[in-house]
Amino acid sequence: MATTKNSKADKSKASAAKISDDSVWILGTNMTRFGRYPDQDVVDLAAEASMAALQDGNVTIHDMDVLAAGSLFNASTGMGQRIQKQIGQTGIPVFNVTNACATGATALRTVYLSIKAGEADMGLAVGVEQMGKMGLLGGAGTKKEKKVFEPSGRYGAVTGIDGYIGTEGMPGVFAQAGMEYANDYDGVGFEQFARVAYKNHLHSTLNPLAQYRKEFSMEEIMTSPTMSYPNTLLMCCPTGDGAAAAVLVSGQRLKSMPLGVRRRAVKISASVLTSDPYTESSQVQPDVNTLTRNAAAKAYETAGVGPEDLDLVELHDCFATAELIHYDNLGLCERGTAGDFIDSGAPFRDGTTPVNVSGGLISKGHPIGATGVANVYEVTTHLRGEAEDRQIPDAKVGLAHVIGLGSACGIHILEKAAV
Amino acid sequence: MEAENPAKVPLVSYLRLGSRPHLIANECTNCGARFFDRRNACARCGMREFKKVRVKNGARLKAFTIVHRAAPGIPAPYVSAIVETEDGTSVRSNVVNCDPDPEVVQLGMKLKLTTYPIGTDDDGTEAIAFGYQPA
Repeated sequence: MATTKNSKADKSKASAAKISDDSVWILGTNMTRFGRYPDQDVVDLAAEASMAALQDGNVTIHDMDVLAAGSLFNASTGMGQRIQKQIGQTGIPVFNVTNACATGATALRTVYLSIKAGEADMGLAVGVEQMGKMGLLGGAGTKKEKKVFEPSGRYGAVTGIDGYIGTEGMPGVFAQAGMEYANDYDGVGFEQFARVAYKNHLHSTLNPLAQYRKEFSMEEIMTSPTMSYPNTLLMCCPTGDGAAAAVLVSGQRLKSMPLGVRRRAVKISASVLTSDPYTESSQVQPDVNTLTRNAAAKAYETAGVGPEDLDLVELHDCFATAELIHYDNLGLCERGTAGDFIDSGAPFRDGTTPVNVSGGLISKGHPIGATGVANVYEVTTHLRGEAEDRQIPDAKVGLAHVIGLGSACGIHILEKAAV
Repeated sequence: MEAENPAKVPLVSYLRLGSRPHLIANECTNCGARFFDRRNACARCGMREFKKVRVKNGARLKAFTIVHRAAPGIPAPYVSAIVETEDGTSVRSNVVNCDPDPEVVQLGMKLKLTTYPIGTDDDGTEAIAFGYQPA
């Protein structure tokens, strides 16, 4: 069994957050259901989530001092300005943000920083993506028009290297990250990875905003087509469309708002962004661990909470192998015990540290730019006590984590308001 | 007519062919960090001098995946891996001459560098890739 550092009872020690002038809060938030929207375009999706987030905070675009729009595949199209043309052109500064799968978290942090810097009292962060059925991401493929072998690029390659020098496909890259953990520690194998997917599919049946809401048995998961061993199809997140938005406000401004608004506000106790520091093996394979560990350490220190205080965690389960190693990277379990942690049931919604009660990227979906705002929406909704069927009882503190290859890691720790 | 001894080119410039094929790296003269591409400054220590070094051919399997959905034109399934060479350098590569079966491919297994042709261009030049096979 896993060594879990805490029990439910201990968590009540974590006190709810008070409103200080220099704090930053989530005032309103919303997400579209993730899925496929062939009849809408990417601006429609972003505008829908934005309008709903503003309405949730009982404010309008005219109250915003800054807008940050995150989108991986539309970053160069003036996404933020296109949203303004849909919902209100007020002339405020717009940041168009892209940072791989950490894009949404980076947009959120951009607004957070603007408020922290004193340049804004309120701002809107939007993450959006419309991927349709893009298929497998990551591998560039081998050049088809083979004519003459001439070296090109930084490695002097004479043809495409994906498939000849290992894999560049995402299911395989994250499979290797999981298998490296299995190499280093006991009790981790195909079954543990599969159980992560079992949990997240199960959780998604309670989330009306999830792209897929179907429970699968362990056998169905383990015998679905192998993408990159040990990741089978049901252990991989889908492509999809969707948007999420959040309105942020300074503590100083929040104080002047009605009690009903303050009560639903959620404090951003830590907002952290890291990149991957030098490690030997990261020269040939993305290191998703070190930057996550660094971000977690800084987030816990800044927020003054530890992993034992977390009532729920939304972490970046792009593949089942990824979620398992992040239990360890985020300190949810003792070093090397992530296999025992999932086997013990700890990250299930009725366990000691519920992880991805939304269904996670695996079943809720992963419209890339939206993900880093959508996980903040999820945690916020639980801290407000508004998550309905999937509500984690008495949730006071939660953590949202994303990682983008390249690499970028965003972590936000959120706390329920004390009022 | 096919040439009997076609010209050969390495798939990547850090593979050196010849009687004993091997990989070469740019090694930081200050801290020893190794890179298979060029760097302006060492990503680890920031110093700016590098020397070419020969990477040892013996290795150990550190992580792998068996890719079933491969890029277009790539035969699947195949074994993609991260190996650690005897002199401590991580290399991304395929494991070759080994069944793509999780019962056969074992974490920690000993490997050695090998080369194999992956195709011929319109001028008859053959591209040679490297892989690691069970030692």
